[in-house]
Amino acid sequence: MNPALADAMAALPALLRAHVVISGAALAIGVLVGFPLALWAAASRRVRVPVLAFAGLVQTVPALALLALFYPMLLVVRQAVGVPLPALGFLPALIALSLYALLPIVRNGVVAQQSLDPAVIEAADGAGMTRRQRLLLVELPLGAPVMLAGIRTAAVWTIGAATLATTVGQPSLGNLIFSGLQTEDWIRVLVGCVASAALALIVDALLALIEAGVARRSRWRLWVGLGLLVAGIGTALVPAQSGNGPGRTIVIGAKNFSEQYILADVIDTRLRAAGFATEQRQDLGSAVAYRALAAGDIDVYVDYTGTLWANVLGRKDTPPAAAMKAELTRQLEARDGVRLLGGLGFENAYALAMRRQRAAALGVASIADLAKVAPRLKLATDIEFLSRPEWRSVADAYGLRFAEQRAYNPTFMYRAIVDGSADVLSAFSSDGRIRSLDLVTLSDPKGALPNYDAVLLVSRRAAQDPALVGALRPLLGAIGVDRMREANLMVDRDTDKRTPGEAAAWLMQPAGR
Amino acid sequence: MDVSGDLFLELSGIRKSYGGHLVLDGVGLAVARGSFVALVGRSGSGKTTLLKSINRLIEVDSGSIVLDGTDVQAIPPAELRRRIGYVFQGIGLFPHMSVAENIAIVLRLSGTPADERVARVRELLRLVDLPEDFADRNARLLSGGQAQRVGLARALAARSPLMLMDEPFGALDPVTRDELGRAYRSLHETLGLTTIMVTHDMSEALLLADRIAVLVDGRILADAEPRALLEHEQPAAVRALLEVPRHQAERLAALQGRR
Repeated sequence: MNPALADAMAALPALLRAHVVISGAALAIGVLVGFPLALWAAASRRVRVPVLAFAGLVQTVPALALLALFYPMLLVVRQAVGVPLPALGFLPALIALSLYALLPIVRNGVVAQQSLDPAVIEAADGAGMTRRQRLLLVELPLGAPVMLAGIRTAAVWTIGAATLATTVGQPSLGNLIFSGLQTEDWIRVLVGCVASAALALIVDALLALIEAGVARRSRWRLWVGLGLLVAGIGTALVPAQSGNGPGRTIVIGAKNFSEQYILADVIDTRLRAAGFATEQRQDLGSAVAYRALAAGDIDVYVDYTGTLWANVLGRKDTPPAAAMKAELTRQLEARDGVRLLGGLGFENAYALAMRRQRAAALGVASIADLAKVAPRLKLATDIEFLSRPEWRSVADAYGLRFAEQRAYNPTFMYRAIVDGSADVLSAFSSDGRIRSLDLVTLSDPKGALPNYDAVLLVSRRAAQDPALVGALRPLLGAIGVDRMREANLMVDRDTDKRTPGEAAAWLMQPAGR
Repeated sequence: MDVSGDLFLELSGIRKSYGGHLVLDGVGLAVARGSFVALVGRSGSGKTTLLKSINRLIEVDSGSIVLDGTDVQAIPPAELRRRIGYVFQGIGLFPHMSVAENIAIVLRLSGTPADERVARVRELLRLVDLPEDFADRNARLLSGGQAQRVGLARALAARSPLMLMDEPFGALDPVTRDELGRAYRSLHETLGLTTIMVTHDMSEALLLADRIAVLVDGRILADAEPRALLEHEQPAAVRALLEVPRHQAERLAALQGRR
């Protein structure tokens, strides 16, 4: 089998399992909450109007944003209540997806109630049914097909939206899609999409069977549908046999780009070799990753000094590399108990880059040169760059103004500069594509862009484990920028692509040399 | 009108208004055990409100309703309604249940064992003149007349001595309507029921009931046996209602005489 396909298929069972559990739990909560809410709303206009408006409003928030919002909200709640709620992973994903499932369930529930024949209700009352008997014997059986249709809609939405749970550290089929998009591993993307679509279709078909069973009073349909659904969820709930030894599982974080996947695999390999049980949380946003570490939701990940300096400490100055690293080590420890173990040996700075020919033609070698011609040029950036303090700092320092600036997924950002839709891009200095696409990075004579040494961070709890720290120490200073670029390129290039795991193995061969 | 025999149901001083509009204005009515009373009036006269106040489908503002010696306010509504048969124009068969399940619903609510229910359903189907194999039919697939026979059987299931009927045959075709009316009248006799039936059709009332109470604007303007109602002088509003069948009869007689 194709190695990329084999790799994706190997990851599939665990992710599918996680996907079923998170979307199943969210749907269950959506039903348990939405159902009484629908009955209440159907009975009272004063409840109905705000409830339907709220559920509709939730739907208008993009699922990605909704998921991301619950991370900081849970952190605030955790501080306020003093209960150690997990703010990353299952809980925020569960809350956001449950809210998402609510609208179709509530709306159809209300419709089911309101479309009941008044004569049937009068007959039920006239026969001497109590409110509860009327609900159980008449209203529910008659409204069931409409209500089940709402649950079907909610199920399909939830399974689709659950792919986004990856961004708040809850594993799902989205892991395949996000990491595949990042590394241009289309097979991986396809496996993720197909699995998610197939899951949605199967669940929809089973719910349709249950719906038909209720509508036609066909018991076998009802029980087969229900049985298969319960069996599926039951299978997903059986804990995976990982064969790990006893003890706590170390959670390794990774942001959403190739280098981070590779480094997470490197860390993973080292920790496993040292006898630790590990799991990875990939595709974390920059802001989420550090907070997750500070909160103890993840134990170790790689971040970059400049990012920490500007985003975590909120500093606008750009001191020299050594001073910045020393200050960060002190402050992060004091503030959050986070230990900065040290640099990995390379820098992954934000840099502005252009195609070599284009830069030469325009006579641009530095950002200062660029500022003069920028009003005629188009800038392509990754999703984060334009909202980061580094951009404001460099734009202010040089008075940069572009004709147009547009944010891309990193992969497409490089495409944009190749096909000429952009002239300048926000590159990462360790990106292998700088060399392979023959780009030049522009110098920064005013030192407006801070240092971005890759550093290894561990959580307060992990820092207290000498065996863990000892297993990670050999990585410090062991990865030079050329080797990192090479490893990144192995994953990012279009031909002879390797998986992050293969690149990690390659990267580790000479490590400890 | 004086009540002969023993008093079974007594309504006194019933008042009810909706949003400031008075629908029942101090109505009193005494019903003897075993009698068949028709409440007649035009649309909006308050007759349905009066009927539904008896099984508390509508709660009155003031006045008292005493059923067989007990104030209905002292009985929980659901329990009260299980003791009273209720048949109405909308029929309201439960579409997700079979004919048998519909008929046995009150028995099920009051916890009658399943085998007893089956026997009772068979008996009731016979009473309302439906074939026994109707028991397993889907309630959705019946004709109007069949459906109301099932509705009737459902109301009779708990052996309630009192039947409340709100335009029970109003939506049926004239032949079925006549047939079912006469069938019910004979059930009323054989089962010894007390019946209160709301209708806006004076002919139906005259032909079926022992006694007719005429409601006009929330008050009872006339209350008498059919013959007495026709023979004595009546207020204008009551006369207008009585004119309808009288004219119909005269015209029919004229048509037949001319032949």
